Amino acid sequence: MNQARRAFLKSTGIAGAVAVAMFSGLLKTGKALAAEWNSAAFTAKTLEDAIKNAGYSGAVMSDDILIKVPEIAENGALVPVEATSNIPGTTSIAIFSDKNPNPLIAEFNFLNGAEPFISVRIKMASTSLVRVMVKADGKIYTNNHEVKVTAGGCGG
Amino acid sequence: MANAMRMRATIDADVATVKVLMQHDMETGLRKDKDTGKFIPAHFINQVTATLNGKTVLEAQWGVGVAKNPFFEFRIKGAKAGDKIAVHAVDNLDAQYDGEVEIANPA
Repeated sequence: MNQARRAFLKSTGIAGAVAVAMFSGLLKTGKALAAEWNSAAFTAKTLEDAIKNAGYSGAVMSDDILIKVPEIAENGALVPVEATSNIPGTTSIAIFSDKNPNPLIAEFNFLNGAEPFISVRIKMASTSLVRVMVKADGKIYTNNHEVKVTAGGCGG
Repeated sequence: MANAMRMRATIDADVATVKVLMQHDMETGLRKDKDTGKFIPAHFINQVTATLNGKTVLEAQWGVGVAKNPFFEFRIKGAKAGDKIAVHAVDNLDAQYDGEVEIANPA
């Protein structure tokens, strides 16, 4: 299905137009599942804007956020990140890579018994901090850990 | 789509661990086609939800920084063997991906 759709899009040249529309922010991407995709946060080019638009401003450092990442990633295209929040009342975990073209990688919201833990594989453009931010009882907490990247994951 | 999503769910006491592997290019829109010199259009999964017996337990939003063929793992407290876990994902071109798995009996 998807392959056929992509082929159709390519053959009619719509794919390019879609991409252009996306970059200019004209197109609302993705069907709303629970909430609208946070385009402003995910397309932000600076860490500061990404954090602000994602709603994670004013974070305090917390050692109760545990981050498991490799010290050195030989391939920036595939960096495993594991984040656990031991902060009571944790509802969300967001993962940022400070020096990526779009620093916000992903946000996870936990409901109905899901534990405040996530493991995900991310792309890193270069050596930088992996920053984990947590929402718990309306407050924002953060911790980070550096990953040395020997080959970036966002190039061609 | 066959095999677009692979899932495994195990249980330890009352905590289920769910592993999900999806097939997706996760194109950033920032890469250039080496032959044409043009940017390859962005194509990436941007919303993911997971349910336990139909009740939402995880809601995620992703950007282009999630690695190709996304893998993620999460845990649910209060689950038991035989419970059904479903994952639904949507990409920026509105393609839908679904997977379902039953929590396996403890080994």
